[in-house]
Amino acid sequence: MSIITTKDLFKIYNADSEIEVRALNGVNLDIQEGEFTAIVGPSGSGKTTLLNIIGGLDQPTSGSVIINDTEVTKLSSNQLIDFRLHNIGFVFQAYNLIPVLTALENVEFIMMMQGQAKDLRQKRAIELLKAVGLEKEINKRPNKMSGGQQQRVAVARALASKPRFVLADEPTANLDSKSTAQLLDIMAALNQKEGTTFIFSTHDQRVIDRAKRVITLDDGKIISDV
Amino acid sequence: MLQIIKIAWRNVWRNKLRSFVVILSIVLGIWAGLFIMSLTLGLNEQRMNGAINTYLSHIQIHNPKYLNDPDIHSFILHRDETLSALQQNENVKAFSTRANVISMVSSSKGAFGVRIVGIDPEQEKKVSNIYTMMKSGEYFTKFKRNPAVIGQKLADKLGVKVRSKIILSFQDMDKEIISAAFRVEGIYKTSSSRYDEFNIFVKRQDIDRLAKLQGNIHEIAVICPSINQVAQTTAILQQAIPDSQVRSWSDVAPELGYAQKMMSSAIYIFMGIILFALAFGIINTMLMAILERRRELGMLMSVGMNKVKLFLMIVFETIFLSTIAVPVGMLLSYLFIQYFAHKGIDLSAAAKGLESLGIGAIIYPYLPTHFYFTITLMTVLVAFISSLIPAKKALSLNPAEAVRSI
Repeated sequence: MSIITTKDLFKIYNADSEIEVRALNGVNLDIQEGEFTAIVGPSGSGKTTLLNIIGGLDQPTSGSVIINDTEVTKLSSNQLIDFRLHNIGFVFQAYNLIPVLTALENVEFIMMMQGQAKDLRQKRAIELLKAVGLEKEINKRPNKMSGGQQQRVAVARALASKPRFVLADEPTANLDSKSTAQLLDIMAALNQKEGTTFIFSTHDQRVIDRAKRVITLDDGKIISDV
Repeated sequence: MLQIIKIAWRNVWRNKLRSFVVILSIVLGIWAGLFIMSLTLGLNEQRMNGAINTYLSHIQIHNPKYLNDPDIHSFILHRDETLSALQQNENVKAFSTRANVISMVSSSKGAFGVRIVGIDPEQEKKVSNIYTMMKSGEYFTKFKRNPAVIGQKLADKLGVKVRSKIILSFQDMDKEIISAAFRVEGIYKTSSSRYDEFNIFVKRQDIDRLAKLQGNIHEIAVICPSINQVAQTTAILQQAIPDSQVRSWSDVAPELGYAQKMMSSAIYIFMGIILFALAFGIINTMLMAILERRRELGMLMSVGMNKVKLFLMIVFETIFLSTIAVPVGMLLSYLFIQYFAHKGIDLSAAAKGLESLGIGAIIYPYLPTHFYFTITLMTVLVAFISSLIPAKKALSLNPAEAVRSI
């Protein structure tokens, strides 16, 4: 079942000027539920732009993004915020945890914004932190954790809201090989066990090797999809 | 909402030094503002109380003609009825009858225009504290024949001391010029050198005899139990003695009342300027905090924190900074003001200038309680308004760009 569809997606920066940049140049894409997909390509190929538009963080110049029958490109900014909260999990390159909250509170935070009851969100947050191997670190703040641990908390946070899919922008870029391997193992396990859809943008060959589907972008176009 | 408040509170303490600097600047701003306010109000209060306790009293009663021309013949009509009205009014705590005569005082050194105030010393003690301001000599206790108590400034000008003789020349009720020798029994010094220069106190019976006043008086000074009862008592007395002019202290010396109102307004303007400056400090700090946290704010927006919550988080952070600072600033100001309210601030270096304004060299700061509440509200309001610009800046961030910023 198709979870994400992009149709003729164009993103042009500085349109009608001499320094026009075509970040996306007519991207048509279908992502099925439960996929473990890597979007790869050289710097400037449009990976992050594509992820931002799919995630509703940016608007395309033209074209549409349909997620589960909702055309997100037509939603207002407030509707998009709500849509993201309930449908999309994000993992960022620089972890981006809330530094003043503990690991547990960071994971709970999304569920709190969704309005979930405290006992329910605490129970799920602990489960997720256990699933990413951080049951002993739940009361630590990000500055007391390694980069790998922080990124695992970020994965747990991304999954906390039970999103339809997780967008991970270069999630392993700041990690060493051991942490990368651990993180990929966890995400692959969650993908298999819970059927969570993961979409990565990456340069990292280790991620590409683990992906079930690899979409290659160059100059804003899909040049291969295997 | 609790989680937003919790994050905002913890955010305040992320950069302890910066928060401390902001809190300290608010504390010092409040302290400086309140202390200057208390000093200003204290100065005015002292000037007002000094004038009331020394020579104004709460209420003065005169013949209406006396106010335009302080002539010896402009004495209070229906004296006995007037005194009876005063005795019957329960808001009259004390009063003193005075016979005032414009005169010329002379010594071997010179002659100057003065006002003779004929008093009953025991009565006068109940409405004026001049008897406590004796620099030398006594207040009508020693000399039996024609004693006089004069001001320090006048004594200096006349070159006289206690026991010196002075000559008072004035017109009596028959329009004859009378000259009489008085002996200086005491020299007083109030906080107003102008007053000291112009007023000579003698016993009423002496001036009555010499000027043939036949018991007539020109002025009655009245003291009420509290300053709050003055307006009502003035109105009641005026009704009871319509032939006389009954005036409250603020009618007698309207400049004191105006000064009080003007200073109350001026101190709010002054505090407003301090808070305005503080607002820029708060805005600057919060903008810095937001620029530093662009990536985190971008993340919060990306994962679905709505604009209202983001806005509130920034507003709460700013308000927390001020709500920590305000009680500390208030307490510091309160302790400081209370300490100096008892101990006083010695401004002897500026004593001459202050005395010409009717203020003593020791200033006692004074700040009514309601100012603390008003300033608290003003500060929190300024903090809230100051938070709007940083909060708006946070809302204007593009999450996709902010989340990747360094």
